Amino acid sequence: MAERYSSFSSGGNMWLLQRLTAAFLIVVLAFHFFLLHFVHHADEVSFLMSAGRMETLSYYSLMVLFLLTATFHGVNGVYNALINQGLTGTKRTVVKWTLIVASVVLIVQGIRTANAWAGIGLF
Amino acid sequence: MSQSYNRGLIEDFGRWREFSAGMWAWIFHKFTGWVLVGYLFTHIAVLSTAIPAAGAEEAVLQAGDDVYTQTIVTLEELLLVRILEVGLLAVAVFHMLNGTRLLLVDLGIGLESQDKSFYASLVLTGAITVASVPTFIAGAF
Repeated sequence: MAERYSSFSSGGNMWLLQRLTAAFLIVVLAFHFFLLHFVHHADEVSFLMSAGRMETLSYYSLMVLFLLTATFHGVNGVYNALINQGLTGTKRTVVKWTLIVASVVLIVQGIRTANAWAGIGLF
Repeated sequence: MSQSYNRGLIEDFGRWREFSAGMWAWIFHKFTGWVLVGYLFTHIAVLSTAIPAAGAEEAVLQAGDDVYTQTIVTLEELLLVRILEVGLLAVAVFHMLNGTRLLLVDLGIGLESQDKSFYASLVLTGAITVASVPTFIAGAF
């Protein structure tokens, strides 16, 4: 009889999402590092150059998707690491909702920042 | 039918001398993951200076005197920040390479050579990091 060793609950949606976001992030994070450190250099950064990139819809969409997937992958990873450490019961619920709130704040702030560069006045 | 298995607390670091390559891979993946998620929050916080900068006059933006440009330029002038960036690259590259290894293992690819692929991830991380140092340090002096 097969025994389950995974920290993820059965059903597997979160497990699958963690892996799908991983595959996406490997490619986009490599692109991000390459573009912002090797094509452009750290000492050349300016608001206008960042804005120039973010005003392109494809770049803006990719960065927003990058933010969403990185936040999910990172925060879900932290949550699972804490479960590995033995987090259960009320503490687990409190941690879960704290992480969800932190994720929402991060995503909202990230999109506000992207909008500031793209010249979108939504916030 | 699958069955839930209670393996107790597995992150017992007091037993580190007994750890196999797979356990080290797992610990390094966790450690680099914590660093990366911590950095993600810091990164967005620093980049958020673009929000007040967006309201600056065109001439101020052209001159690079806005709060965003000044914040990044000031940070990038610090050698410590450049060194931390190299560290961040090392952490990110290891997490990406070991993560690729984990995805392949999940797909049942390379099950027989998991130790070797972990060592390869470490060596490749070292090589990419060392090769990137000149680019990351450029303009810091």
